[in-house]
This record gives sequence, structure tokens and C-alpha cells, in this order.
Amino acid sequence: MDAIDKKILDGERISADEALLLANEGDLYRLGFLANAVKKRKHPEPIITYVIDRNINYTDICISACKFCAFFKAPEDKDGSVLSFAELGEKIEETKRLRGTQILLQGGLHPDKPLEFYEEMVAFMKGYDIHIHGFSPPEICHFASLSGLTVAEVITRLKKAGLDSIPGGGAEILCDRVRQETAPRKCSADEWIGVMREAHKQGMRTSATMMFGHVETMAERIEHLTRIRDLQDETGGFTAFIPWPFQSKNTVLAHIPETTGMSYLRMLALSRIFLDNVDNVQASWVTQGPKIAQLSLFFGANDFGSTMIEENVVAAAGVSFRLSEGEIRRLVQGAGFEPRQRVMDYRLVENAAA
Amino acid sequence: MDAMVENAGLGDILEKVRKGERLSLDDGRRLYECPDILAVGYLANIVRERLNGDRAYFIYNQHVNYSNICTNLCKFCAFGKDKESPQAYQMSVEEVKEKIRERLHEPISEVHVVGGIHPDLPYSYYLDMLRGIKEVRPEIHIQGFTCVEIAHLAELAGKSVHDTLVELRDAGLGSIPGGGAEVFSPRIRQITCEKKLSGEGWLEVAKTAHRLGMQSNATMLYGHIETIDERLEHLDMLRRAQDETNGFMTFIPLAFHPKNTEMADLSRTSGIDDLRNIAVARCFLDNFPHIKGYWVMIGPKLAQVALSFGADDMDGTVKEELITHMAGGETSGVMADTDLVRLIREAGRKPVQRDTLYNVIKEF
Repeated sequence: MDAIDKKILDGERISADEALLLANEGDLYRLGFLANAVKKRKHPEPIITYVIDRNINYTDICISACKFCAFFKAPEDKDGSVLSFAELGEKIEETKRLRGTQILLQGGLHPDKPLEFYEEMVAFMKGYDIHIHGFSPPEICHFASLSGLTVAEVITRLKKAGLDSIPGGGAEILCDRVRQETAPRKCSADEWIGVMREAHKQGMRTSATMMFGHVETMAERIEHLTRIRDLQDETGGFTAFIPWPFQSKNTVLAHIPETTGMSYLRMLALSRIFLDNVDNVQASWVTQGPKIAQLSLFFGANDFGSTMIEENVVAAAGVSFRLSEGEIRRLVQGAGFEPRQRVMDYRLVENAAA
Repeated sequence: MDAMVENAGLGDILEKVRKGERLSLDDGRRLYECPDILAVGYLANIVRERLNGDRAYFIYNQHVNYSNICTNLCKFCAFGKDKESPQAYQMSVEEVKEKIRERLHEPISEVHVVGGIHPDLPYSYYLDMLRGIKEVRPEIHIQGFTCVEIAHLAELAGKSVHDTLVELRDAGLGSIPGGGAEVFSPRIRQITCEKKLSGEGWLEVAKTAHRLGMQSNATMLYGHIETIDERLEHLDMLRRAQDETNGFMTFIPLAFHPKNTEMADLSRTSGIDDLRNIAVARCFLDNFPHIKGYWVMIGPKLAQVALSFGADDMDGTVKEELITHMAGGETSGVMADTDLVRLIREAGRKPVQRDTLYNVIKEF
């Protein structure tokens, strides 16, 4: 264990086996101190960033039916809906009034909307002059299979329509055993990585997520981290990593107990330590609440995530934390850091709220 | 990981903590001011593990808030109501007994009885309530009446605190909860709760109980208008009282909840505030056996983490807790013992179900 500590503190990479040992045998302080040291090396200035944006879910209709999801409506369910462009426009205007810089645009895998529909949506949104961070890899794969185009062609067309970057959602656990068990209709781990590789190749930045705490093992979490780290070595296109725990309420997997604060902090720290080539790690206040999220800043997180003017997916799983920009700033200051608004690629916004 | 604590500038305090030496007020101030919460927690964890090993205690308990009618009406309180308020309530002795009766099938070992400073309930009401609870559930331990209530009852009885406590004990009172301490500083009491028993008075009641062989707890309500020095003064007064009588079991830092109080413009405490108060208390109060991270106040997630920041107790299953919830506490009022056990296990600790006096009921 001491050898692992030394490696990390010297800025050397640790192996998957070493990460597993650390996960199984490292105590909270070892993980915290090491993650904090890595964070400080990457971000020596005492700044914690956040983004002002809104999650817009253009539809909740989804053919994927993942067991861990409380948000989707099956295509035959009459309650499912698709947002109109007029509603989209209103939401964007409100976001801009709140000094929002981007829209996180994601939706279910709709059974029959053609690619042109999404191109038009993006083009319409772009008319508002706002950054569009949209369509996670499962959506891109779905568009490709519906249209008969390649992933590369879909990305090229969406980019041309105005898509700026791709969110890291739908990664869940990048291990096909876990995907088979929980989300068999969703894109495979290779396909998820393939979309991100292609996006990076076309010059688009993306983030990466991990949803843990359901049926996966610790080794499978580390496999997930390894896949992210490997692709990052290849492309350097990931801006940030965002781990969050599975929220079980209202899902098929509701019997699985909720990940505790302790397990969350440990996983966050391990991610920060392992992903030596990813600049930013986000805290998840939406799932953890303000108290644990603030503490996350000492367990590897250098970013407080988004103000989330709107959020529907986690809320559907029975979690309802809300934080204003002012509260986020106060929490960050209370932890001893300077809060700064940023954009998707982590450049700071000048003249943000004082 | 000692190097991390040294880097945070706390190397000398680490040495003291390792040797089990008492920390000075100045040490306490440095712990409050150190920006590295991990370093402070690390020190507290050393003390915690020395005193309590890997154990994390919880209790199967029940709360009865017999009345919210109160003449003190402290500015930080959302629970107390004027007698004329439409929200005012008081339970008859029969109603209190019914509360106990309703849960006879559960393995409850303690009932926590706290209310306001009621203007006209007679002394006999309190004795009857204690006797009534014992009648319904003879083996239950009654932890009841804060030092503030005890002082009020002594006035009602026209007797000394000592004699009043003896009568209450004979009627069934087992121990005294830690409430009403707030912050001992006269400045704070003048601004926030001028009608309340003074800090000195509070300590005198507690010490009187201890001398009678009755144990009690102590609290501190932090996160409103008190300064760091006032917190330390509070902790120091507790530490000195404990040196004298050794009757305190547990220190419970209480996070101020502003909603629905007269101080509603203040912010809620943050997670780091909460952990810091637990950790500093653990380091400073070297003569207190236990520190509680009260999950109803700080949420189950943080209370779990607190088990590595100095706390060795999570309180209990708690039902019908009203005082925190009236002030906008967002935690659910009840947690199953199986959930507590899981939280404790996932924190790498050993769950121990205890009774009020920390006798082990069950180890998991």
C-alpha cells in the first residue's frame, strides 16, 4: 500500500490491480488525502467551478427500458411526450436570463423520429446562440441504426446542424456483463467508447460518466475507469469525469439499497486518483445533496457541476435536492474555495456573479 | 498519512493527540480555522478509535414531545409556541401513555421526553407523566427534561434542584438529555434566548444530577450568530464540568436549522461546518466518552461519514421527532434499525445497539 501511495504522490499512474487494492483496503483518509493531493496538483489554484445550464429532455419516450431508469415511458404508454420547438425556445430563453451558457440536451431513444428531426431541433436551438451539449452515445448509436448511417456520419451531420459537444451519459458501467443484465437494448461498452472516439476525432469535446452502485462489482467499476483512461490516452477529448450513484426509487431495481455517502466519497476519490489524464472531476449534488457534495471538494472533485435549472431524470427516481447558484457559491466559499462560473470546456466566464 | 496533517500545519497537535494530551483553547481555535477538513477529521478519528474502537452505537428509541407551549420563545426555535397560538398543543398524561402503548410491540429501550417551558402545567403533571410511562412500559429508560425544564420544575415544586431531581428520579426519570445548552455565552443568550436558564445555571443542574448518580448529555447549538471563541468557551465549560463530576455521557453538536425561526434569514449549516464541529469536539472534549452525529439533524449520509470524523453514535430509530422538523429539517423522521446497521457497516464500523447508558444490547 505504501508503494501505491508513493506512486500516486509522485504523479505516477496506478494499475487496475493497484486501484482494486486501494478500493478494497484503503481507508477513507488514505483515499481522501491521495485524491486531494492529485486534485491539488491538477488545480493548484483554490478555485471550484460550476456551470449554469439546464437539462432539457426532448422526450421521455424510450425503447431501451433500462432497469435502472425511472424516467422513461415505453412507446405504447400514452403519457410519453415530445417537447415542441416552442417549449424548447422558452426554456432556452429562461436559461439565458439566468446567465446560463449551455443546454444539456438528452432524451429517450424515440422509436421513429428521423435524424432530420434532431438536426432541425439543434439548428432551431442554435438560433438562440447557446452552447448545445447534447445527445449521449446511446442516442447517437440509436440515430445511426434508425437512419442506416454510420456513427461518424451522424456526428458529422449533428455537428453541422450546430451540436457543440457530447455529454457522457449512458455510459452506466462500461462492461457488457453489467449492460446485458441491466440495459440489454442500450449500446454496448465498445459502441459507447466508439462514439466518443469518433466525436473526439471530429474535434468535439465530451464528458464521461459512471453510474455505479447497482449490480456491478468493484472490479467492473475499475474496468470502466480503465476504458475511459485508455481512450483519453488516445484522444485527449474528455473534459471531465462524473461518477454518480444509482438512485433506485421507482425503478425495476428498487430493491437495491441506496449507495451511502461514504461509498460515494470513496468512489469519487478513487476516480480522481485513477484517471490521471482527465483534468476535471465533478461532485454530484443532485444525488448526494449539498452536504456531501461540499465534502466532495476534499475527495477529488474540483467542479460543483451544474446549477441545473431543470432536471428530470434523477427527480424521477425520487431525489429532489435543489440548489440555486447563490447556494452553490456559498457552499464552495464555506469549503475555502473561490467559486467561478465556467463553460463546457472549463474555460472561466469573466464578469460572472461576484 | 501523518505527513498530510503536518502539511496542514497541525503536526504539533497530532503529536498531542497521539500522546493523549489535553488540547488548549488555542489548539481548538486552530482546528476550527484549519482549511483542511481532512486533516482535522484525521485527528478526531485517532481519538475516536482510541476511545471507542470500531464501534458505532445506535439506540432503538422513541421521542415524546409532550407540549410545544413555551414561555421562552427562543429566537432559534421553530418548535416553541405561545399558549394562544393555533399551533400550540399539549398532551395529557393519558395521551403520553397512549404514545408508549402504541409501540409496545417494538424493542424500544428508551423514551426521550422533551417539551417547552409551559406556563401553567402543574408539577404533578410531570411526575404523573413519568409514572404513567413506567406503568405502561416498566422496563423503559426515560431520558427526559433538559436542564432548562428541570430548573423550571424545581421552581414549580418550590424545591431545590437536588430535591426535585430526587423526586423525578423516584417517579421514573432515568437520565437527562443534553438540550437547552445552546451556547453558554451570556452574549448569545442575551440576543437569542434571554428568558432561558443561564449557561452557569444549566451546568449547575447537570452537575447536581451527576452528583446524584444520574448521567446526562450535553449539546451545543452551532451555526447561528456565535463566534468560534464562543464555541470554544462552551466546550471548555463542559470539559471543566466533566472534570468535576464525570457524569456526561455524550456530547451532541446540534446544527442550527433556520427555517420558521426568527433567525430564518441565516443560512443552514454546511456539511463541512457539521463535520468540523463534531471533529473539534472529539479532539477537545477528551473526557467525554461519546460524540454523537445526530442523523436527524445532519442527514443520514453525513452522519455516516461523521463516524470517521469523531462521532461514535448515530442516535437511533427516532420516530415523531418534531423539534428539528418544525425548523425545516429534511430528513425523514424514522430510520429502520436495519438501515442504521447497513450505514454503519458501509462506514467500516461495527454496529452496536445500546441502551441509554451505553450498555450493549446487541452487536451486529
